[in-house]
Amino acid sequence: MPEKTIICRCEDLTVEEIREWIDKGYDSFEEIKRICRIGMGACQGRTCRQHLIAELARESGKEPAGIDVSTFRPPTKPIDFGMLAEVKKNEQNC
Amino acid sequence: MNKTADVVVIGGGSIGCSTAYNLARLGFKNIAVLEKGYICRGSTGRCAAGIRQQWGTEMNCLLSRYSIKQFEVMNEALEYDGDVEFRQNGYLMVSYSEEEEKMLNSNLSLQKKLGIPVQILTLDDLKEIVPALNTERVVASSICMEDGQANPFKVTDAYFQAAKRMGVQFHTYTEVTGFRRQGRKISAVLTDKGEIATSTVVNATGPYAKFISQMLGHDLPVEPERHQIVVTEPLEPFLQPLVVNFFHKTYCQQVFNGSVLTGYGDPGERKGINYSCSWEFARQICIKITEQLPIMKNAKIIRQWAGHYGISPDGQPVLGTIPEVDGYYLALGCGRGFMLSPMIGELIAQCVAGLQTTLAIDILSVDRFAKGELIVEPAVV
Repeated sequence: MPEKTIICRCEDLTVEEIREWIDKGYDSFEEIKRICRIGMGACQGRTCRQHLIAELARESGKEPAGIDVSTFRPPTKPIDFGMLAEVKKNEQNC
Repeated sequence: MNKTADVVVIGGGSIGCSTAYNLARLGFKNIAVLEKGYICRGSTGRCAAGIRQQWGTEMNCLLSRYSIKQFEVMNEALEYDGDVEFRQNGYLMVSYSEEEEKMLNSNLSLQKKLGIPVQILTLDDLKEIVPALNTERVVASSICMEDGQANPFKVTDAYFQAAKRMGVQFHTYTEVTGFRRQGRKISAVLTDKGEIATSTVVNATGPYAKFISQMLGHDLPVEPERHQIVVTEPLEPFLQPLVVNFFHKTYCQQVFNGSVLTGYGDPGERKGINYSCSWEFARQICIKITEQLPIMKNAKIIRQWAGHYGISPDGQPVLGTIPEVDGYYLALGCGRGFMLSPMIGELIAQCVAGLQTTLAIDILSVDRFAKGELIVEPAVV
């Protein structure tokens, strides 16, 4: 992948920047997410996750399946404050 | 892993990294930091990133005042090749009742006495500073424009990088499992990766501190309290200061990239480590925030997470030695570790070196709980 290719569109991160962070020792998914915000934007990693896994696998010589990904957090899809604020306490399982 | 260390710091968060850096600066050569996960895995990496001086006890005010002075020059002082993103956008404290107003006023006179530039706002000022705020129920509010925010990952990284350059050894994914003792003295720290001989240990493990203390037979009254936070997608700038609401017990701020970050902890919840996200929190934070900032109704939550405060009985940090064991130092911010990390690191390093500390910290020693000498911090949220 060309070095200037953007792999995280939410945070505008290029492959080159990701490789720099890996070289600095941020060589796991959780660490690299925290330091440069990859996967923390509006898409929550839907676009960049696979690319980061591929980079981490390449740098470490592991199979992609051997790379731990970061925790999947709620909500599954972005949700409005206003919508959640109106939910009654007992409606939560509807 | 080295077999010996002059000092072992347990915890790779902002306080652990700051303490290690400050120890190296004071000339300690063989320093090991043990972190059971990765740097910033714990409370620092989960905190709301706010930095404020508007507290109700002298020590909290002074520790944060001195820390802010260090945040102001942190990029240069630590020769950081990035930016710790320290921004002084202010902290707005909002009260809905006369009782909260009384607390605000009494805190304010203390803060002013200590030279903290804080002011009470009129309703008109308030509307001007945060036009989006629902002021219907506001009884009083204060603001300090020196307060603000920084990026916890970058701050910790700045200390981590500086400490590494000075020779500090960091051992991540290394969990402390116990200690070897000789009477009152510590002789080694035991970990799942081996043993390090040392007589000096700094406990900078935040909400995990009591579990480390337990391994030494020390009963530490600092309990983990879960806080949860939600973050929105990036929004156009609309919220300059961080808003603390004493009625809702919430904090809410718009950070560097435009995202709004807001959360609270339920003091009624059973104390303990709990990283799960609750549905009830998500519902409650939406109710609490749309009441304060109706414009937030259309903002989208993209992520929710949990972290912990280490709650001390009086809401103040716990710093320094303990009576029962020699060479064991507590470096605990107790709910404000990140914002106080520059000063806590400096003070604990001075303690370990046997130097006079920049601020007298005796009143924050753990003995105060046994002696009943508590000075309760009223302004915790």
